[in-house]
Amino acid sequence: MTRILLKGNEAAVIGAILAGCRSFFGYPITPASEIAEAAARYFPLVGGTFLQAESEVAAINMVYGAAAAGERTMTASSGPGLSLMQEGISYLAGAELPAVIVDVMRGGPGLGNIAPEQSDYHQIVKGGGHGNYRTIVLAPNSVQEMCDLTMLAFELADRYRNPVIVLTDGFIGQMMEPVELPRTLARPVAKPWAVQGTAETRQNLITSIYLDPQELEAHIRRLEEKYARAARQAVMYEKYRTEDAEIITIGYGIVSRVLKAAVTQARAQGIRAGLFRPITLWPFPSRELSVMAEWARVFLVVELSHGQLVEDVRLAIEGARPVKLYTRFGGIVPTAEELLEQIHKVSEDDDVRASLREAEEYLWGV
Amino acid sequence: MYVRAYEKPKSIYGVFERKPGDPRTTHYCPGCGHGNVHKYIAEAIDDLGIQDRTILISPVGCAVFAYYYFDVGNIQAAHGRAPAVATAVKRARPESIVISYQGDGDLAAIGGNEILHAANRGENITVFFINNAIYGMTGGQMAPTTLPGQVTTTTPMGRAPEREGFPLRVSELLASLEGPTYIERVALFDNKSRMRARKAIRKALQVQLEGRGFSFVEILSPCPTGWGMTPAQACEWIQREMLRYFPLGVFKDISATRPSAPTASHQGKLTDLASSPEEVLALLGLEGVVSAHPPWPHDVDAPARYRNPRIKIAGFGGQGVLFLGRLLAEAGMRQGYHVCWLPSYGPEMRGGTAHCHVTISGEPIASPLVSRPSVLIAMNRPSLERFEPEVIPGGVILYDSSLISMPPRRTDVEVLPVPATRMADRLGSAKAANMVALGAYLQLTHVLPAEAVIAALERVVEDRSLLELNVKSLRAGMEYVSARREHGAP
Ligand SMILES: Cc1ncc(C[n+]2csc(CCOP(=O)(O)OP(=O)(O)O)c2C)c(N)n1
Ligand code: SF4
Repeated sequence: MTRILLKGNEAAVIGAILAGCRSFFGYPITPASEIAEAAARYFPLVGGTFLQAESEVAAINMVYGAAAAGERTMTASSGPGLSLMQEGISYLAGAELPAVIVDVMRGGPGLGNIAPEQSDYHQIVKGGGHGNYRTIVLAPNSVQEMCDLTMLAFELADRYRNPVIVLTDGFIGQMMEPVELPRTLARPVAKPWAVQGTAETRQNLITSIYLDPQELEAHIRRLEEKYARAARQAVMYEKYRTEDAEIITIGYGIVSRVLKAAVTQARAQGIRAGLFRPITLWPFPSRELSVMAEWARVFLVVELSHGQLVEDVRLAIEGARPVKLYTRFGGIVPTAEELLEQIHKVSEDDDVRASLREAEEYLWGV
Repeated sequence: MYVRAYEKPKSIYGVFERKPGDPRTTHYCPGCGHGNVHKYIAEAIDDLGIQDRTILISPVGCAVFAYYYFDVGNIQAAHGRAPAVATAVKRARPESIVISYQGDGDLAAIGGNEILHAANRGENITVFFINNAIYGMTGGQMAPTTLPGQVTTTTPMGRAPEREGFPLRVSELLASLEGPTYIERVALFDNKSRMRARKAIRKALQVQLEGRGFSFVEILSPCPTGWGMTPAQACEWIQREMLRYFPLGVFKDISATRPSAPTASHQGKLTDLASSPEEVLALLGLEGVVSAHPPWPHDVDAPARYRNPRIKIAGFGGQGVLFLGRLLAEAGMRQGYHVCWLPSYGPEMRGGTAHCHVTISGEPIASPLVSRPSVLIAMNRPSLERFEPEVIPGGVILYDSSLISMPPRRTDVEVLPVPATRMADRLGSAKAANMVALGAYLQLTHVLPAEAVIAALERVVEDRSLLELNVKSLRAGMEYVSARREHGAP
């Protein structure tokens, strides 16, 4: 098979091109700039458009325009840029326009730093813009997935007519791994609703304004139904050695890679640890996670943010088991040894022991 | 001509079905300028025969509902962003005629940046700018174009320039740029001025139709409601007050000399150009590698302790340590291994030290972070000092002995000093020290065949003489280790 060594950021661009994305509008920011740079290099070679916008505000509104005109389009940025794009993302969702946004997370708040963090979880997964809407959020943890999930993002965006965000971090964006190409190119999708400057599309209207409260409520109910459909159909996750795990660790992106190494080491020491990695952060794989509370005794969330992912995990577990949290931020990514220590700690934790006993009693009826 | 004044233009709906309430009247106040401008635009669209091709971007402001009226393709945009939206629409559909319709709050305040840059890029779009010196929709607050002394709900004592600044003359501002083709300011206060406005609107669309670039018409327009006047008083006020500050006229017109150029854009779909991912890759000038996968961990020459290395490479920025790592990863991939290369990035790289993590493995790689390297390649002293303690017992430390005078202190690892910088310097450039180190590492461990590395080099180094130097240095590093072995070193 054909493989090519790429940076995560480049792989997102290759994936986008293979998905038939025809335009990229962006504004430079570390650690996402290689996406704009690769787009500037590659898009014109396949007859696409690259345009460096005057700001992220302009970039997301250009995306709005290209999407309204019916073309597959994207932008990419990092935390500060995503903050600026939130209004535009709300408009995309409100006007039901498909678009792909890649967020290569860095340290915050404010200017923070350019090292990897996961502190955009809230603003991306919970919808940082105004109004009743959702964005579908995909979280790659390898360069291969930067390519694959960006491709998938375009499919989902079109399927649900909604913005899809690929949420990744500085490490995944900057690192290089081999990428296997897909077997086929994405087929172009017909968009009869788009405004294309043709006789057939003259009656089309792209808008997000519904002055009448009844109409707006009906619109949001329609969006809700769509989101419910996505929540049933689009959930993705990965499990690693969870089947008999007492301790289930949870992390996404770069953290899930390090956790996998830590879990492997823990297993070698006889600790029954496992890893659950949400690939879609919204829709969050709540059911798939909650069912594990039937056998796992404790959950350990590791994130490069101050307790954002853990909220979704706790909602899923609904208090059935203790959910522990280990965080690093500022650009510090924990090592496998460090996470192994956390796994040890959790397995020796008194609270957890008590809950283990409880679980034992519950399970065996003693 | 007389008949026409009473007839609705074709590009305006006969009945306003999208509008709640009475579908025959507009939502604009009596005497509002928006209605006139709508009519002139629609007439121009009809005259130019571009109804099907026209896409109107409506703003946030009183004209947010322009799509109630215009029988053309309609897109409603966020406050101030219509020029950005229009930019992308035009590039996506170069055959379309794209109109950005904006008020003064929308265009000159919140959207100041978008209009400036769309104009400066010379986007082949047309902007109609309704300057009514006030925020109409939100109930009469100050606009950037509000006149000195003008009372609004947020300037209850009148606009004071020392407090609120002076009104923005947008046409003059944009006319100072090279990008735009045609910029004119017109007004709506009497028949003559309205006829002038109608002409300017038509011309602006003509400019776009001919592909001659950015056209912009500012229209001084009555807002009787916002100004607290009757329609007649409002027209008088434009003539008496606004004209003093906003002179009418053509501020720029190079439409006769600017060549007609198609909008910088693409045509067609990717599938028209390529039929497979490999073909796309070729169009991008990229070359995939067809390699056996999973790899051969069995017929490998490397002694067991060297296999599946987790490598840290560190040195000064500029010593090529990131490149060295990339080469190892590329060569590893060519041999069918799982590989991962993770750099230190950002300011850390600029001027200071740089390092990268490389993993080459027969198994899928979990963590790309090499926290406990089995191999450290240290190209300067700070790097050696920093990373020496991380190396696992039994690991390898290879260091540039021409730059590092203090050898590592660890006794539980294999240490290989290589005078890489000195050797590279002799061969032609100290910059190739990284290749000497790489050659030494390959010869010591046999983790990858030299041919795989050279093939990778050929892929990434385009300059012939540079390639030669690199290969020479690589081989020198290899020979250095062989010679050391012959002389009895381990
Ligand atoms: C981000 C944002 N800020 C503020 C508003 C509220 N708003 C709606 S219209 C408007 C002013 C419009 O004035 P102008 O552009 O002069 O148009 P007019 O109504 O006078 O035609 C404002 C501030 C908004 N919709 N969005
Ligand atoms: S408020 Fe002013 S701009 Fe708005 S419709 Fe009324 S007159 Fe026209």
